[in-house]
Amino acid sequence: MAKVLMKGNEAIGAAGIKAGCKYFFGYPITPQNELPEFMSKELPKVDGVFVQAESEVAAINMIYGGAGTGERVMTSSSSPGIALKQEGISYIAGAELPCVIVNISRGGPGLGGIQPSQADYFQSTRGGGNGDYRLPVYAPASIQEAVDLVIEAFDVADYYRNPVMVIGDGMIGQMMEPVEFNEPEKKRELPVKDWATTGTEGKRKPNIINSLALDPAELEKHNIKLQAKYDEMEEKEVRYEAYKLEEAEVVLVAYGMTSRIVKNAMDILEKEGIKTGLIRPITLWPFPNKAFNEIPDTAKALLSVEMSMGQMIDDVKIANNGKLPVEFYGRAGGMIPTPEEIVNKVKEILGGGK
Amino acid sequence: MAKAKGKVRFNEDRCKGCELCTTACPVNIVIMDKKRINVKGYNPATVDEMEKCIGCGNCATICPDLVIEVERETK
Amino acid sequence: MAVVFKKTEGLTDKQFHYCPGCTHGIIHRLVGEVLEELEVVGKAIGVAPVGCSVLAYDYFNCDMHEAAHGRAPAVATGIKRILPDNVVFTYQGDGDLASIGTAEIIHAAHRAEKFTTIFVNNAIYGMTGGQMAPTTLIGQKSTTSQAGRDAATTGMPLRMSEMFATIDGAVFVERVSVHDVAHIRKAKKAIKKAFEVQLEGKGFGIVEVLSTCPTNWGIAPVESLTWLKENMIPYYPLGNFRTPEEGK
Repeated sequence: MAKVLMKGNEAIGAAGIKAGCKYFFGYPITPQNELPEFMSKELPKVDGVFVQAESEVAAINMIYGGAGTGERVMTSSSSPGIALKQEGISYIAGAELPCVIVNISRGGPGLGGIQPSQADYFQSTRGGGNGDYRLPVYAPASIQEAVDLVIEAFDVADYYRNPVMVIGDGMIGQMMEPVEFNEPEKKRELPVKDWATTGTEGKRKPNIINSLALDPAELEKHNIKLQAKYDEMEEKEVRYEAYKLEEAEVVLVAYGMTSRIVKNAMDILEKEGIKTGLIRPITLWPFPNKAFNEIPDTAKALLSVEMSMGQMIDDVKIANNGKLPVEFYGRAGGMIPTPEEIVNKVKEILGGGK
Repeated sequence: MAKAKGKVRFNEDRCKGCELCTTACPVNIVIMDKKRINVKGYNPATVDEMEKCIGCGNCATICPDLVIEVERETK
Repeated sequence: MAVVFKKTEGLTDKQFHYCPGCTHGIIHRLVGEVLEELEVVGKAIGVAPVGCSVLAYDYFNCDMHEAAHGRAPAVATGIKRILPDNVVFTYQGDGDLASIGTAEIIHAAHRAEKFTTIFVNNAIYGMTGGQMAPTTLIGQKSTTSQAGRDAATTGMPLRMSEMFATIDGAVFVERVSVHDVAHIRKAKKAIKKAFEVQLEGKGFGIVEVLSTCPTNWGIAPVESLTWLKENMIPYYPLGNFRTPEEGK
């Protein structure tokens, strides 16, 4: 298929439809509005349904109900709206239903701002919802990657019966890039959805979708079962890019759009004779701990670069396990780090300007 | 016109002794059996004078716990 | 002799966990009977609430989905929009529907979602231990209004059916009671009508059922029926507030 120039938010919606999602439940919030707008226009054309809910809380609970029917469902929002969706995400994870949630994130806390930010790292990887649960979180660094990951996210959701999040900062949502909608590669045998609530037709026992287990022994058993699933995800679903690690003196860690700025900084440094590498987590959870085994002995330090005051750095420290000093550079509130700022930070780490 | 004839059966183990059925019987034959308790520990509802039952189903209609099944003579 | 009354196929054999004399059991049975009579048990998907009837998913003999507190109408919206040919209902109490879930129920009605809501109003939070509900009557004692509900600080009890009657999308709105046999039969008729309205695709239907809570009211089951009749019905008048015009 030929490449088309598309805005990130619209491309993400188109990817959902390409993945077979016909049902979208959302609520307006900047900077993701083009996504529900696109779905409201396109879904009726594929005999699908778009519902603008009365709130993010309602939208995620429509997703909870819709996912229960076994159909592919999708919702999107931005940071404060995702905060409101946490209740539903916890129920969906508890009841083991598949769905895809898109977060085009913005600065916080509170109402924050509407400019790009990565301050939802904790929110997405630790979850604001209650209980022991996890969800795979994909962080694309281009619109093409966003499209590919959204399509894959639906398969991952179905395979594990688990909500999956795709997180992009406001830049991913708002910018335009050429994209291609490739036929999804079949990587997994997807299970039959015999648990779905579609009416018994008098042919089977009722299916019950539920996250309540009043008996503590039963609930513990359920938690152990969920954990086994999360363990499998950690084993099989880790995705990352290891870039120019060879002979790197400083290994930068960055995801999403920040990783592209880091690559520009790396080019500048290379011209000055300073070798740096990049670990780019594509899955924020499960975090690519194993990527850190690839770090060469030449490395003197790690540098986490984020559009936040430092959140992913916690996972970088866990993955590093005390081996190297872990430094941080970040901008917050919708401010975007420049390559020059990152260059200066790397030089500072290596001893104040080489 | 002869009175309708009926019969009620109590699935006694479901009874919680709430007595709502005793308020609904038009011939006042549903009573609580104060001499016995069921598996739940309640005095269960029962009928002593079944021959008076007209099979109206009122007791079953107000019973919150699906204790009562009703039969009626049909002609 | 022929059996004229037995347990409906619309309910499972599971015994209700409700307290003695709680009229939830009657209302469950009416819904089950209506599903059976309309021959839609196999097409039905029920949404259970949070509150005393949280375990409703074990009692209805159809596919069930347990919602978060107050969110049943949003869950039902998701289901019904995807499966328009199925019969979808929510079963919700007054804390669930009239407090934490007011936004969800009002907007489901506002969008004229084609499902049916059974709203059980017993004027109190039961499951959590008898706290004040938006529907608790003035002067009624609860564990969070121990001197009796005071209008000056907690407002007047919410009349939900009257509110629904102002929303165009709510095409069937009726308030019924289950305090005696005649009213139970009327309640069943209303519930049946509400499901028929859904089957005809006319819009959102809701039946508010006045119900008792002997345990948290602190009144014996039989006397609770009288209390409902003498205290609740004068404030919450029974009757139909909205019904679709025939032949339309």
